[in-house]
Amino acid sequence: MTATLQPAGPATTAGPAPTPGRRRPRSSAARQRIEIVLLVGPALILFLGFVILPVILAAVYSLYNLPPAFRWEQLAEPDRFIGLANYQRAFDSPEFVRAIGNNFIILFASLLIQGPLAIGIALLLNRPLRGRTALRLLIFVPYVLAEVIAGLAWKLLLQPSGGVNAMLESLGLGFLQQNWLADPSIALWTLFWILTWKYLGFAIILMLAGLQGVPEELAEAAAIDGASWWQIQRHITIPLLGPTIRIWAFLSMIGALQLFDMVWVTVAPTVRGMATETMATYMVQQGQFAGQPGYGSAIAVILFFISLAVALIYQRLALRRDLAGAVTRGVR
Amino acid sequence: MTATTSITTGRPADDLPPRRTAGRGIDWGQPFVYLVALVVAAVAIGPVLYVFLGGFRTTADLNADPAGLPDPWTLANWASVLGSERFWGNVLASVILAVGTTAGVVIVGIMAAFVIARYDFRGRQGLYTLFTAGLMFPLTVAALPLTLLLRTLGLHGSYLGVIIPSIAFALPTTIIILVPFLRAIPDELEEAASIDGTSRIGFFWRILLPLSMPGLVTVGVLAFVGSWNGYLLPLLVISTGTLPQELWPLPLGVTQFSTQYSQDTAAVLAYTSLAMIPALAFFLVAERRIVGGLQGAVKG
Repeated sequence: MTATLQPAGPATTAGPAPTPGRRRPRSSAARQRIEIVLLVGPALILFLGFVILPVILAAVYSLYNLPPAFRWEQLAEPDRFIGLANYQRAFDSPEFVRAIGNNFIILFASLLIQGPLAIGIALLLNRPLRGRTALRLLIFVPYVLAEVIAGLAWKLLLQPSGGVNAMLESLGLGFLQQNWLADPSIALWTLFWILTWKYLGFAIILMLAGLQGVPEELAEAAAIDGASWWQIQRHITIPLLGPTIRIWAFLSMIGALQLFDMVWVTVAPTVRGMATETMATYMVQQGQFAGQPGYGSAIAVILFFISLAVALIYQRLALRRDLAGAVTRGVR
Repeated sequence: MTATTSITTGRPADDLPPRRTAGRGIDWGQPFVYLVALVVAAVAIGPVLYVFLGGFRTTADLNADPAGLPDPWTLANWASVLGSERFWGNVLASVILAVGTTAGVVIVGIMAAFVIARYDFRGRQGLYTLFTAGLMFPLTVAALPLTLLLRTLGLHGSYLGVIIPSIAFALPTTIIILVPFLRAIPDELEEAASIDGTSRIGFFWRILLPLSMPGLVTVGVLAFVGSWNGYLLPLLVISTGTLPQELWPLPLGVTQFSTQYSQDTAAVLAYTSLAMIPALAFFLVAERRIVGGLQGAVKG
C-alpha cells in the first residue's frame, strides 16, 4: 500500500495526478498557486541551495587552482583557471589510482563474501527459533552504532597489545598475532573485516525480511516431490529472494564507493596513504586538510561519475535479469 | 542513498506466524542452526561487550592482560566520564543536531510531499523527479564546496551549518517515503472535508497529518539516526571551526578524546561505551516505533 512496505526501489513517478473533476473556482486557483509556493518553497530552496549548488560548484572549482578558504572573487584572478589539470594530476597520482582500486576491492569483496554469507545465515535462521527476537536485536547492534564509534572500538581491540592479539595468545595461536591496522600488507583486509562485522547484520535482517515474502507452499510442494533442503533453497528460495538480494547489492556497492568514516577513524594517516586510502578519504585529505579545494573538488567529481557509472551499469544488468526472469516465467 | 533508508522496507520477521519447516520429519539441522545463531550473535556483540567491560578495568590491568575480565571492577573511569562537562557537552551537541535536523526534515518534507502528492499543477512530476534525482548526489561529493559555501554564509563552525545541509540531504528519501503515503489517503476523505467547508490546508492539518503519522515517524527516525551517527559534515564544518571541543557532537568528541588520551586505554573504553549507549537505547525504542508505524500503515 505504501512505498515503505515495498522492498523494491523508490517509485519513479509521482503517481497519477489527483482526480480531475473536482475543479475549484478561479479565485481558488490563485490561492492554490500561493499554497504551492509556500509549501514547496522551503524544501526547494534547501535542496537547490545545499545539494544541487554544491555539486555544481564542485564541477566549477575542479577547473581551478585554489588556495584554502578562498573568496569567490579569487576565481577571476589570472592563472587560477587551469582547465583539466586537476583531473590529469589525479589520474597521474599513484595514491589516487590506488584509492580507486581499494574502493573496488572493498566493493567486490563485499558482494562476493558478505552477500553469500548473509544469504546462507538467513536461510539457516529462517525457521522458528527460540529467542528469535533477541537474536535479531543482537545481530543488528553493530549496524546501529555510528561507524566512527564502532571503528574506534575495533581500533582499540586491534592494537598490537589489544584484545584480539591477547585472545589469540591465550588460545595458543600467538603466531597469528599481527599489527592489524598498521601493517600495510593486511590493513585493507582488517578494514574489510570490520566493515563485514558492521554491515553483515543489516544484510541478514534484510534477507530474512525478504524470505518472509517467499511463499511457503512452493517449498512444501517441492519437498513432497522429493527435493532436498539444499535443492529447495537453490532452485526455489534463492531465485525468489532475487529482488532483496539486488537491493542489498546496490546499497552495498554505493556504500563501498562512498566509504569514508571507518577508514578515516581506524587507520592512521601514514598507513592509510600506503594501504587503505579510499576516494573519499583522499578527497577530504587533499581538499580540506592539505588545503587544495580545487584538486579536492576534481576528486569529488570523479567520485561522482564513478558512482553514477556503477549505479547505471548495475541497474541495466539487474534490470535485464529481471526481464529475463519475467519472460521465462511467462513461457512456463 | 544510504543503507539506513531500507531498514524500513522489510517487515519484521517475528510479527508473522512462525513458519513450519516444510514437511520434513525430524529436523536434524536444528542444533546446528542454534550453533550458527549463537556464533553470529557472539561475533556481533563480542567487541561491544569487550569495550563495555574494558571500561570497568584500569589501564594497568588492561596493559597486563588485555583479554581479561574486570577484577576488581572499577567505576572510576565511568564516574570521571560521567562527571566531565565534556561528555555531556558532546551529548548535548548531538541532541541539538539530531533534534534540529529531525524537526526540519519532518516539517519541510511533509509540506513539499503534500503538494506533490495532492495538488494538480504543471511541473508536479518534474518537481518529484528533481527531488528523487537528489539520491544521485551523495553528501561526500558535495562536502568540500558545501564547506566553502557555509563559510560564505557565515554558518561555518555553527550547529546550523550542520543542521541545514543535513535537512537538505535527507529531503529526497523523505519525499520518496512520504509522497506515496499521502497519496494513499483516499480522495473521498478530501471531498467530504471540502463539502463540510474545510479548506485544503485545513484538510492537511486536521486529517492528513494525523493519518500520515506512521510515515512521519519512519522519516523522523531515519533523519535522527542519520544525524546522530553523522561524521563527515561535523568533521568539515565543526572541527575546523571555532567551537570548543566540549561542544562538538559525540562522534567528533569521541575521536578527539581517544586521540588526546590514547595512553589511557581504560578511559577511552569508558568514553566509547558511554557514547554507544544513546544509540543502543534509541534503537531499542525506535525499533518498536518503526514496526508499529509499519503495522499502522498496513491497517490504515
